[in-house]
Amino acid sequence: MAELPGFGLYVHWPFCQAKCPYCDFNSHVSTQIDHAEWARAYEMEIERLGEETGERRLNSVFFGGGTPSLMDPQTVERVLSSARRVWSFANDIEITLEANPTSVEADRFKSFFAAGVNRVSVGLQALNDADLKQLGRLHTADEGRRAFDIARAVFPRSSFDLIYARQDQSLSDWEAELAEAIAFASAHLSLYQLTIEPGTAFGDRQKRGLLRGLPPDDLAADMYEMTQQMTLDAGLPAYETSNHAQAGDESKHNLIYWRGGDWAAIGPGGHGRLTLDGSRYATETPRSPKEWLGAALNGENPENRTVLSQEEINEEAVMMGLRLAEGVEAALIPQFEEKINNINGLAESNLIELHDGRIMLTAAGRPLLNAVLRELLV
Amino acid sequence: MTDLNHIRNFSIVAHIDHGKSTLADRLIQMTGTVAERDMQEQILDSMDIERERGITIKANTVRIEYPAQDGQTYILNLIDTPGHVDFAYEVSRSMQAVEGSLLVVDASQGVEAQTLANVYQAIDADHEIVPVLNKIDLPAADIDRVSEQIEDVIGIDATDAVQISAKTGVGIPDVLEAIVQRLPHPEGDRDAALKAMLVDSWYDPYLGVVVMIRVIDGTIKKGDQILMMQTGAKYKIDRLAVLKPEMQDIAELGPGEIGVLTASIKQVRDTRVGDTITHEKKQTATALPGFKPAQPVVFCGLFPVDNAEFEDLREAIEKLALNDASFSYEMETSAALGFGFRCGFLGLLHLEVIRDRIEREYDIDLITTAPSVIYHVFMRDGSMIELHNPADMPDLTHVDHIEEPRIKATILVPDEYLGDVLKLCQDRRGIQQDLTYAGTRAMVVYDLPLNEVVFDFYDRLKSVTKGYASFDYQMTGYRQDFLVKMQILVNDEPVDALSMMVHRDRAESRGRAMCEKLKELIPRHMFKIPIQAAIGGRVIARETLSALRKDVTAKCYGGDATRKRKLLEKQKAGKKKMRQFGKVEIPQEAFINALKMDS
Ligand SMILES: Nc1nc2c(ncn2[C@@H]2O[C@H](COP(=O)(O)OP(=O)(O)O)[C@@H](O)[C@H]2O)c(=O)[nH]1
Ligand SMILES: C[S@@+](CC[C@H](N)C(=O)[O-])C[C@H]1O[C@@H](n2cnc3c(N)ncnc32)[C@H](O)[C@@H]1O
Ligand code: SF4
Ligand SMILES: [Mg+2]
Repeated sequence: MAELPGFGLYVHWPFCQAKCPYCDFNSHVSTQIDHAEWARAYEMEIERLGEETGERRLNSVFFGGGTPSLMDPQTVERVLSSARRVWSFANDIEITLEANPTSVEADRFKSFFAAGVNRVSVGLQALNDADLKQLGRLHTADEGRRAFDIARAVFPRSSFDLIYARQDQSLSDWEAELAEAIAFASAHLSLYQLTIEPGTAFGDRQKRGLLRGLPPDDLAADMYEMTQQMTLDAGLPAYETSNHAQAGDESKHNLIYWRGGDWAAIGPGGHGRLTLDGSRYATETPRSPKEWLGAALNGENPENRTVLSQEEINEEAVMMGLRLAEGVEAALIPQFEEKINNINGLAESNLIELHDGRIMLTAAGRPLLNAVLRELLV
Repeated sequence: MTDLNHIRNFSIVAHIDHGKSTLADRLIQMTGTVAERDMQEQILDSMDIERERGITIKANTVRIEYPAQDGQTYILNLIDTPGHVDFAYEVSRSMQAVEGSLLVVDASQGVEAQTLANVYQAIDADHEIVPVLNKIDLPAADIDRVSEQIEDVIGIDATDAVQISAKTGVGIPDVLEAIVQRLPHPEGDRDAALKAMLVDSWYDPYLGVVVMIRVIDGTIKKGDQILMMQTGAKYKIDRLAVLKPEMQDIAELGPGEIGVLTASIKQVRDTRVGDTITHEKKQTATALPGFKPAQPVVFCGLFPVDNAEFEDLREAIEKLALNDASFSYEMETSAALGFGFRCGFLGLLHLEVIRDRIEREYDIDLITTAPSVIYHVFMRDGSMIELHNPADMPDLTHVDHIEEPRIKATILVPDEYLGDVLKLCQDRRGIQQDLTYAGTRAMVVYDLPLNEVVFDFYDRLKSVTKGYASFDYQMTGYRQDFLVKMQILVNDEPVDALSMMVHRDRAESRGRAMCEKLKELIPRHMFKIPIQAAIGGRVIARETLSALRKDVTAKCYGGDATRKRKLLEKQKAGKKKMRQFGKVEIPQEAFINALKMDS
């Protein structure tokens, strides 16, 4: 049964050492970063938001990117202390930082821990050098393993990310790699199928018909199924489409997104959801680092806010909630009565289950989430 | 008014792409009819679709003033006729309004099927014909061979053929001289009662209905009270003009002259091509014989993809029909497609032109159902039903036999592709009637069922001959054959829009091809979908579209919520472009594409 989602703070750090060819996150390569200015801008944004939200208890802070492991640990520290000043911290607050596994960054893990970070998510992406190269990564597989060893020694909680269904990857390739990953994983693991996003280098290559060797849907489906089974057998079941954890080790922060909670978002291209005076707002800041920084430092509110209608709130709740193994309250489906035939059809086809007023995907339904959502929401 | 000796009326007949429009451009340009700065290519092709596809759909006219070498100035009226077989009947009618033709033949290509079809119409209309060899600038031009061909195949003297390049302008003055010297001037009596032929009419958004006339006897002036003798309608002439090709008002038109008038006529349908126009007060004693109206031969259903656009579609169709008397429509309802129209066309090009115009000018997405010809279904009780829509096929127990329309197809093709053409015609149930040679090209004449030609015969012909074959046809009559109604079932639901009449012997291959095509065109669903072709209750072809196995977004965090919601909105809009058949959604493009065959 779902718990209350809680309240989170997302901090976006928009810089990376290099841009990966598959990545459509708001990330930029820059050599001139005035870390003190960024710290100051984040602080001002937290102050501003605190005035609007008033007193709330923060359950999670997430430093995402970009590559937040490139942040000055002092910036992280300043963000955390102003957040603690503005909102109170829950006793079990989760403070996560995304990290890239190059040796430079691994050395700084201790400072991030000292600054207050208690969970790290390391982007290993692949466990062999050839594939890392193809993914445009700057680290080797060995560097990755070493970085993760340090991470798990330094932080109380740790996780790593892998991207699979890569070019020329066979089912057995992935089976071996996943087995290795499971063997050295801690209590949380993110396993994403490679998505070709428009506007990325891979996206452009695909548009020109030059991206070869991607697994056809049937193979990708087999990979997904195998991933579900192997992680389940290893005690790391999927609690979300692409996220696996031992019970109790789920990412609190991401659960806020998927359970429809509130979170404030600061930094360029940050998306938040805030309930203020009974209305739920979608917030969005400019993607350009320069533009955001300038506005924040000027004390201008850089956010664009739109009020969500009840129907939009519910649609989002269903879209996000069905990603979770625990599912979502069935009554949230807009125009539930009109959809009843579709719901029954999906249940008969063994793609969804209904229990105690909640609706959730079956193992067969999970890889078809988008198709299920079309039936329920379109 | 111009004296008869100083008038020449002519049309240009040619196979498509042989340079008819380019020659017209040059004639207009060289005589200064249009100021240089207003000149644009293919100036007589006025519809977007005409320009885009490089074809002439409606007949167009231009009046040219030409100071000839004999020191006299002549009025030349050129009627540019459509080149495509769908509009052959329109060509034959406009030919009645002129006395001569320029026969344009591409000197690098030689005589083609439409050259023949069009020149025979000119001969039927008693035209004096001046052969013009075009594109002599091309290295492949072979003047001797093509002249010989014109003499052998068409049987007209080509010794004095005018040699030109419409592209470079070489020989254009010779064309102008030949028109004056070799084409006859019109005859007529200016003192007799007014007798004028209604040559064409069209709708102009600013002027209303514009009527093109050819005066035979008498004179006509602005303000005249006229009578259309067939329809009995009476009008007062608001405006009288000639086309240069822009309208230019003129005080009076006399015998032999061609011009246009407007007269507060509401719809093109109120006018009849071939009608005789005379003065209400002083009527001519002998009306012209008139023409029979063009009959639609190909029918299909047009449905709005979005049901809510039905009224918009009705309005669009009504407006288009006002301007095109050869296009017919009536309301149709289909369980799966909702409300739409069953429409009749002169041919497939005509169908495509109308469909394009609805989608483009009126911004309505359409589902086009399988085109059908008119079958004659003879019932046991002796009655006969004209079947325009396979969905209306009566119960077989009451049917005695079915007849289908046949055509005589003339195809000219270079030797090396002859085998492929014969195979195509045989596959389409053709019966060979003639095979002769015109130079290095074979001329085959086939008796073919029209229903085998309407979808994609022309496309297939072009593709098997790499574009080197030319094709023309005329309707010949009806013949009994073993025809059956084939249904397509998607996930066990019949899809009426894809039902068609086929010959029993062709049903299996046609059915298989349709099922295979649909398998590619329908997106995978969460369940597997059988796609079947059936005659009566019997399945004759079957394919299975396997179930969708993966459709999930790998990562979805805070920033993706908005993105996903926007996608959802898009999908809601996109759903309107799909049609639901039972549990299956079929995209709009699938309907017409399923009918196109690869062989
Ligand atoms: N080389 C060459 N090309 C020509 C000549 N006349 C026309 N064309 C080209 O042939 C094509 C068809 O011409 P068009 O006038 O549209 O033919 P229509 O279909 O008979 O009206 C166009 O690309 C013209 O530019 C010519 O004398 N020489
Ligand atoms: C914000 S990103 C990257 C964090 C960090 N900068 C890194 O590269 O390790 C978080 C995760 O999303 C995943 N990801 C990014 N783009 C992806 C794509 N196109 N397809 C699948 N997974 C992707 C990667 O596993 C990545 O670690
Ligand atoms: S994947 Fe990570 S390192 Fe690569 S560009 Fe994206 S955010 Fe930066
Ligand atoms: Mg033309």
